[in-house]
Amino acid sequence: MGFLDIDNATKSFGKVEVLHNVDISVQEGEFLVLVGPSGCGKSTLLNVIAGLEEVTSGEIRIKGEVMNHVHPSKRNIAMVFQSYALYPNMTVGQNITFGLEMHGMPKSEREKAMYKVARLLQIENLLARKPGQLSGGQRQRVAMGRALVREPDVFLFDEPLSNLDAKLRVDMRTEIKKLHQNLGTTIVYVTHDQIEAMTLSTRIAVMHNGHIQQLGTSNEIYNSPSNLFVANFMGSPSMNLLPVRINVEGNDVRAETTNGKSETVNLAFHNPSASLREFNGKNVTLGIRPEGLTDLEGADQRSKHVETINNTVDVIEPAGSDTFVTTTLGNTECIGRMRADTSLKPGSETSFAINMEKAVVFDPETEMRIA
Amino acid sequence: MAISSQDTAIRTGRITRTFIYLVLMLFALFYMLPLYVMVVNSLKPLSEITGGGMMALPQVWTIEPWLKAWSTAQVGVQATGLKPYFLNSILMVVPAVAISTMLGALNGYVLTKCRFKGDTLLFGFMLFACFIPFQIVLIPMAMVLGKLGISGTTAGLVLVHVVYGIGFTTLYFRNYYTVFPTELVRAAQIDGAGFFQIFWRILLPSSGPIAVVSVIWQFTNIWNDFIFGASFASGDGAPMTVALNNLVQSSTGVKEFNIHFAGAILAAFPTLLVYIVAGRYFVRGLMAGSVKG
Repeated sequence: MGFLDIDNATKSFGKVEVLHNVDISVQEGEFLVLVGPSGCGKSTLLNVIAGLEEVTSGEIRIKGEVMNHVHPSKRNIAMVFQSYALYPNMTVGQNITFGLEMHGMPKSEREKAMYKVARLLQIENLLARKPGQLSGGQRQRVAMGRALVREPDVFLFDEPLSNLDAKLRVDMRTEIKKLHQNLGTTIVYVTHDQIEAMTLSTRIAVMHNGHIQQLGTSNEIYNSPSNLFVANFMGSPSMNLLPVRINVEGNDVRAETTNGKSETVNLAFHNPSASLREFNGKNVTLGIRPEGLTDLEGADQRSKHVETINNTVDVIEPAGSDTFVTTTLGNTECIGRMRADTSLKPGSETSFAINMEKAVVFDPETEMRIA
Repeated sequence: MAISSQDTAIRTGRITRTFIYLVLMLFALFYMLPLYVMVVNSLKPLSEITGGGMMALPQVWTIEPWLKAWSTAQVGVQATGLKPYFLNSILMVVPAVAISTMLGALNGYVLTKCRFKGDTLLFGFMLFACFIPFQIVLIPMAMVLGKLGISGTTAGLVLVHVVYGIGFTTLYFRNYYTVFPTELVRAAQIDGAGFFQIFWRILLPSSGPIAVVSVIWQFTNIWNDFIFGASFASGDGAPMTVALNNLVQSSTGVKEFNIHFAGAILAAFPTLLVYIVAGRYFVRGLMAGSVKG
């Protein structure tokens, strides 16, 4: 049993089921990120935890207590909304202390708590202003201050950074991470941005169509995606997924595919598992991250198994820190991540190093991971 | 080439503009003529009016007609002037406007932020209230007032106007609150605010523009209402509009036009004041929510 338990939770609106038997147990101090495309049910799940929506079946427990019919204000949670939802008619100070006032805390204590939080978030000079006079980043801080001042058991963040510009978003991301490290509070955070999910989380729940696709650390999600959806959704540029044929020859297992000139290419797997051997002669989907498809100099020096192939370069996209190179494998456009100062030209032939230690294989029919 | 065409554009603009202003001034004069006639004739002795000088400025300026209209003119049986009836109207219009606006705000809050099954249908039914002609409800309303024991009183009139106004005020507030961010209400819920606390502390302070619209609308309609006042308030309890009618329509004696004009302006004065004071919020409130801010 965890600090926050979501036990077999189902939520339907009329006949439409938007959450299907969701099971998550969050430990104290954990930073859980719910990530997924629009309409995957992540915000609904957050609202269910907050008590703004009721579950159709299943249980929500905080510190072991069932919260299903407990009013949001009595769950000892705080929520930061995407639009910040600051009360426009109140000053920043009144916004921060409104919750405390509603819980009947005396004024002197309220102000003490307000100054403490304002100092922490460096918004002391804004306390007398109205939300309309603040910039986006400042509003964001006030919204967090309003949540922090309550000292809740669980913080809920609903896409809090999506209204900020790109630079501010990165800054606030770091700030939220710092805050979590310093305060050690339990956080459930909803986002559609997979970079945010990877950087902030201690664990990620990838959601799709109301199902949890995978629940794990960012490392697990990134390197061992449990199905094609997770592999495709997480990572930017996303994972290269190409059709290959499995050939077993004695101890070796090879993936057979074609290069840009339709010549056959064989890639040997590293430590092939027994389940992979069962797919001998069948077509599967091979997944290679862009950083696993690179130039020879850029290949991971610690990798235990790198395969080298020659192939034609189709497109070059310089991105500053890296150069993205598009090449064709198995009639699929694949993106490789190369050094920034690569001198390749479109149409030229070059050697690619493929990191087979990190290659993953999916069954194209069930979309589940094989190896 | 480009420069010369800009020049001509400005020149034509000036001519057109002069023309437009001339036409506008003409219209303004035309529309202000009745007001001019009323003001001018209320400030001259009766002999000047009956002498045929309707459009002329007063030869002898006097405020006598105003004083008479206010305090000594013959309205109905008593020679009380319009004063007591003016007070009747105030006593009717203030509570009626306040109550109907508050109820409209509360309805709007419930219909948008505490959604329930069939709320849209209910709102649709409430809208019917805006389309029912006054005459239809006269007899049922008289029966209800009789049963409640408040027929012929100011309280009865207040009830009638509140009931009749709720449809409009609900429409205003409901549409205003539809675009009010629901996240604010949710944040307040998590902060621990109750149903009425959210209403008082979060919604109402942000409702200024639409409250002005509701107050102007209700004030104008209730103050200017004649048929309910004539039907449900008799004698001393009659509102200003009914009293003015009694003053003007009296069939005995000489028609004192100067007093009638003064009385009519007195009767129109409160609504005029409300428009001047709050008018600029009126359009702003009607437009609110139409553009995403």
